[in-house]
Amino acid sequence: MNPTKPTDDARKGDVVSPTKDKGWFYTDTVKDHFFHPRNFMQDESAYGEAAMGMVGSPACGDAMKIWIKVDPATGRISDMKWKTFGCGSAIASTSMMSVMVTENGGMTLEDARKLRPQNIMERLGGLPARKVHCSVLGDKALRAAINDWYRRAGQHDNIEIEQGRVIDATLKITDKDIEEAVLDGADTLEKVQAKTKVGTGDPSCIPEVENLIRFYKEKYFGAE
Amino acid sequence: MRDIYLDNAATTALEPRVLDAMLPYFTERPANPSSFHSMGLRAKEAVAAARGTVAGILNSREDEVLFTSGGTESDNLAVVGIPRAYVAKGRHVITSAIEHPAVLEPLLHLQKKSEIELTVLPVDRFGMVDPAAVVAALRPETVFVSIMYANNEIGTIQPIAEIGKEILKWRKEHATPLPYFHSDACQASGACPLDVEKLHVDAMSVNGSKIYGPKGVGILYLRRGVALDPLVRGGGQERGIRAGTENVPGIVGLATALSLARQEMEKENARLIALRDRLIAGLLAIPKTRLNGHPTVRLPNNVNISFLDIEGEAAVLYLDAEGIYVSTGSACASTSLDPSHVILATGLSYEGAHGSLRFTLGKHTTADDIERVIAVMPGVVQKLRVMSPVNLDMKYFA
Repeated sequence: MNPTKPTDDARKGDVVSPTKDKGWFYTDTVKDHFFHPRNFMQDESAYGEAAMGMVGSPACGDAMKIWIKVDPATGRISDMKWKTFGCGSAIASTSMMSVMVTENGGMTLEDARKLRPQNIMERLGGLPARKVHCSVLGDKALRAAINDWYRRAGQHDNIEIEQGRVIDATLKITDKDIEEAVLDGADTLEKVQAKTKVGTGDPSCIPEVENLIRFYKEKYFGAE
Repeated sequence: MRDIYLDNAATTALEPRVLDAMLPYFTERPANPSSFHSMGLRAKEAVAAARGTVAGILNSREDEVLFTSGGTESDNLAVVGIPRAYVAKGRHVITSAIEHPAVLEPLLHLQKKSEIELTVLPVDRFGMVDPAAVVAALRPETVFVSIMYANNEIGTIQPIAEIGKEILKWRKEHATPLPYFHSDACQASGACPLDVEKLHVDAMSVNGSKIYGPKGVGILYLRRGVALDPLVRGGGQERGIRAGTENVPGIVGLATALSLARQEMEKENARLIALRDRLIAGLLAIPKTRLNGHPTVRLPNNVNISFLDIEGEAAVLYLDAEGIYVSTGSACASTSLDPSHVILATGLSYEGAHGSLRFTLGKHTTADDIERVIAVMPGVVQKLRVMSPVNLDMKYFA
């Protein structure tokens, strides 16, 4: 799979220079979703049987929990609820994702699995570069919820283990995530962490992450 | 609605009386103090008068007052320059875990370059350095100790005079002039006594941008006889320790701001302490909260509270929408993903540290402002907690 690179549009909300900074880091769309979050979970009692996925932890600074309901006849997501612990962009990203997967009659589970942080960022009109990492957990939680739905439906063949090899078990970050981050321009451990948070919960994976960064840099950008 | 600015520890508005003192030196009296003509002389006199004012406040000699480009430069100059000047006597340096990055980063850099061997002292749960721990860390090869006067994030005021006295005693017992003792007083400049003889410091960083003075100018007090390896070389200004044409309006403004702060300190401290304690009590009434820093031995304008189950930046943005401006030292606000090194050093868990907010009051803060924050905050916290999947046990505040 070719990782989707963010378009120029996806970067528009970034603060490029202090002179262009209009006093707020976020686009109007981000603000709208942050101040008026859509579809967040208010009453869990009606969702006891719904499929659920959760990633992150409060120790890392971001945690997301997602519930989905699926129409078994069409395989489309009919309802999504969420709860997010995190900064403004984490909350706005989850809110936007809930709109994206339920609008126009709902996304098929197949399409929902292909949703990537870049798609959400584009719809938000971009996020500041240092905030990209806040939005990478939502789609992971969604994929975990989709697997949970198949599990509950007894369709075990449809459960997809995250592509790639899990490097950071706490945050469920794979070598593919590291690859995408490097392709996105993160060329140091600090920059990869800014995008993915890898190793912030469990630092024991950091030596392996550093090896992968070196490997993908050489693969895509040539040896130093 | 009235804007409520509670980020005075980040920086303060310029006091109009300070601006008035500075203005002529931008336009009518533009000369370089190093010039030989009479206009240059007048600029030189203005710098000398400012130096005299500062020396009076610090209870130092005038030649012990060096003007710099700000608190960060003063800190760098001291913590890099002094150990380098005494490298032949030893390489050991002592500091604390809660220092400002302007002290910690240059010291970590020197350590990385093997120029020094660094001991970073822990703090207790209030963010306090134990003077006995400083003494216990001293060695014959210790050349320099740097402990901040008051912390910028949690407001804890360190026992600088006591630490200074212990270091003096140790030096006497060991018949050595070393180590020299530096304190970063940038957050303390407006609220705490700055008498270097009573504090027993050999070097001290002071600036004016938190006390209604200008930015881009600072002070390093450097006791006579203490050598320092300069960072900026050039035209020999500031006794050859810090080259560069003097920032005359800045220097005049800084001296004016410091002396106004001295005049108003006692009264203003009392007023701020009452407001601070009211805000602390009001915010701690919200469930699952904790005060960071010492309950009483803290800056009169500093309130730092952790709210469990929510992330600080989200709260900052909701408060911003209400016209209340505060700050967070947590992950999303900086390039580092870790929460505040200061709050972690007090032993608070990562979970607890992510939801911390700093409210720093100033001379424009009113009792009504405080009541409004107390009225608005529970709703903000509630709104974010409803959205949060996290419901942590209070043990994370243990």
